[in-house]
Amino acid sequence: MNGFTYTRTDDVAGAVRELAADGASKFIAGGTNLIDLMKENVERPQRLIDITHLPLGGIHPSPNGGLRLGALATNTDVAYHEEVERRYPLLSKSILAGASPQLRNMATVGGNLMQRTRCYYFYDTATPCNKRALGTGCSAMKGFNRIHAILGASAQCIAVHPSDMCVALAVLEAVVRVTGPGGERTVPLAEFHRLPGDTPHVDTNLRPDEIITAIDLPAKGYAGRCSYLKVRDRASYAFALVSVAAALEMDGEKIREARIALGGVAHKPWREPQTEALLQGQTVTQDNFQRFAETLLQGAKGFGGNTFKIELAKRAVVRALSRAAAGEEQP
Amino acid sequence: MKTEHIGKPISRIDGRAKVTGEAKYAGEYNIPDLVHGCVVSSAVAKGKITAIDASGALRLPGVLHVLTHKNTPQLAQSDESYSDEVAPPGSPFRPLYDNEIKFSAQPVALVVADSFELAHYAASLIRIEVEPEPHSTNLDVEREKAYEPKPRELLKPPPEPRGNAEKAHAEAAVRMDAEYFAPVEHHNPMELFATTVVRDEDGRLTVYDKTQGVQNVQNYLCNVFGYAKSDLRVISPFVGGAFGAGLRPQYQAFLAVLAARELKRSVRVTLTRQQMFSLTHRPVTRQRVALGASSDGVLQAVIHDAISETSRFEDYTETVVNWSGLLYKCDNIKLNHRVVSLDLNTPGDMRAPGAVWGLYALECAIDELAVNVGIDPIELRLKNYSEKDYNEGKPFSSKELRACYRLGAERFGWARRNSQPGSMREGGALIGWGMAGGVWEAFQVMADAKAVLTADGRLTVSSATSDIGPGTYTVMTQIAAELLGLPIENVTFKLGDSSFSQAPVEGGSFTP
Repeated sequence: MNGFTYTRTDDVAGAVRELAADGASKFIAGGTNLIDLMKENVERPQRLIDITHLPLGGIHPSPNGGLRLGALATNTDVAYHEEVERRYPLLSKSILAGASPQLRNMATVGGNLMQRTRCYYFYDTATPCNKRALGTGCSAMKGFNRIHAILGASAQCIAVHPSDMCVALAVLEAVVRVTGPGGERTVPLAEFHRLPGDTPHVDTNLRPDEIITAIDLPAKGYAGRCSYLKVRDRASYAFALVSVAAALEMDGEKIREARIALGGVAHKPWREPQTEALLQGQTVTQDNFQRFAETLLQGAKGFGGNTFKIELAKRAVVRALSRAAAGEEQP
Repeated sequence: MKTEHIGKPISRIDGRAKVTGEAKYAGEYNIPDLVHGCVVSSAVAKGKITAIDASGALRLPGVLHVLTHKNTPQLAQSDESYSDEVAPPGSPFRPLYDNEIKFSAQPVALVVADSFELAHYAASLIRIEVEPEPHSTNLDVEREKAYEPKPRELLKPPPEPRGNAEKAHAEAAVRMDAEYFAPVEHHNPMELFATTVVRDEDGRLTVYDKTQGVQNVQNYLCNVFGYAKSDLRVISPFVGGAFGAGLRPQYQAFLAVLAARELKRSVRVTLTRQQMFSLTHRPVTRQRVALGASSDGVLQAVIHDAISETSRFEDYTETVVNWSGLLYKCDNIKLNHRVVSLDLNTPGDMRAPGAVWGLYALECAIDELAVNVGIDPIELRLKNYSEKDYNEGKPFSSKELRACYRLGAERFGWARRNSQPGSMREGGALIGWGMAGGVWEAFQVMADAKAVLTADGRLTVSSATSDIGPGTYTVMTQIAAELLGLPIENVTFKLGDSSFSQAPVEGGSFTP
């Protein structure tokens, strides 16, 4: 860890101003990822701007009938919030599938959006990594890549986004509210994270001078028929090898709408609305779900260590959809 | 035996100190003017250091020294000086000795600074140029190069074959033959390895070290650095887990003493969690077990071959296959254990070394044989129950396995088990019930203790042993109170100080 200075700011405008004043600054809230990265010398900010005193902690009804999650609401606040549990159980379940109680108590939802990959090589400064140092190469491509991407990877980077929460947010079609020097704007979750392409060092479309202020959940929460299935090496405190957030809306025996997002498989939560349309008007059968899973994964590509994830993802999709259809309580 | 104290459930003597934070561990001794060392680890598994640029670190105010192989003074020269109580045969690793890198994360420099934070930051600025060499760290790749290792002191090599196992296996009515794999396991106890060296004005050192054997560390440090035992005392009253990783002196102790000696200061070195993976490990092991039996399940042949890994510089072995010659009665036995040397640090003893994987393979094989014979796995085990250690032809010091089988089966409801695969469910999950037996040696090693009984009826017993978690403080206090008929609160047991009476490292289950 390098030496750094510390500033505290108490309002959003102040935070934006402080950030603009010094490009080598980083916001710090829960610090559950940033501090780790600083200890590993992956992040070397010259200055930390403490934003924990900004008034962004609340969870309130939003004008569109949904819920607005303040960027500083902790993962625990959100997961156990009465309205979230009642209206958005998918979100609650996904958050509780991640990390540990201690980490969830510290980690904010804004920070969760900004989590960086847990690729071993990204963390190991002795190895080449295009995400950490663009142009040095990707060590994972031909290295240990059990946890890496099977969808949307590029020749520069095969890292995956580590968040569980964001997978549920992708299904819920949440909207991220951000503020910069030019004022406020919104970014749909699907456009918030990026695929690696030729710029794997850039994880999100948040501009360097912006701050996340809130996450808006639309009114529809799919409370009756949703499922978050996380497959991992340990039953707790492990990142997803594959995770699936599934939500269904039924019209009698037929599926009116299906939304499915995958975690642990790509540089961002993976959703394909055009493929989801295949399930419209279909009945709830293993065959239909299987066909959907095959289509969703048809572009998947393994790199050796992670090739098993392709089949794993298909099976997880079928199981998550079956559970969502049955309206089962999640284990 | 009727006892007053032994075997009685009492609170741990050291429990209160541990849960209140009063118990101090090696990295927690704070004294004025203590300076801090941070280890720089090699990023490659094999190669030669061609250059070290420490200028970026040394420029920082508060950075005191960067120790490397280039500026480490000449120390003891013989391998014997670097050996220790439990070292396997070979040439022990010498930190900062030359430019050769023998394993990944090998310590290649120590940065010493005024603060822990500064030492760590400075360490990140050190540039080490290495000419990497091809390395091999995969047992399977090197498997054909397996060889018979040099025997390790105190450990018995595999027994000579008995009967003709190959022939008996080939002729057996029922057979199984399978290979079992076990990956490397790292000890990685909760407490990071750390050493705080406190130097007095006359240059005498008190070394607070995380170790399972204070006198083992004292001997090693005195041999390597040329200290008299009266000038270097090792103290370790509490150990936050070790599992065998603290049996041999570890490199942070060497580095902390080296820095204290060079700088004439008190120094602490605490490893990072990542560096803990470079200390030692349970070796990766591949085993073949082939069993033959009569159609009613009487064992006719036991063949057990193990290949495990060691470093390029020491022949580490553990007792993997011998158990297969004593757990069951069989006239035709062939056991073999070979090693492959890899570019890794030397493996080390870890919780029932050898037995853990050897018995895993043997007991899996017995289960597979039970399926092939078509009888219950417990029945098969009872049918081949050994009443004595056939490797040695001696009776067991104790064996209660028959009672264990019966009691375990009773309590577990073994009779309700359905042996058909896929036949048992718990909720939505398929489940299976299995069992396995275990065996471990009753090692005995010489140890001394000193007991002082004062006129007020208080007894203090001391010995240079360790308490890595089994409750040595408590058990020894109970034993002493029992033997002298004293109330337990009148007895104090002290351990973890090299100046106490002689004791071996705490390992092998020879210390309660």
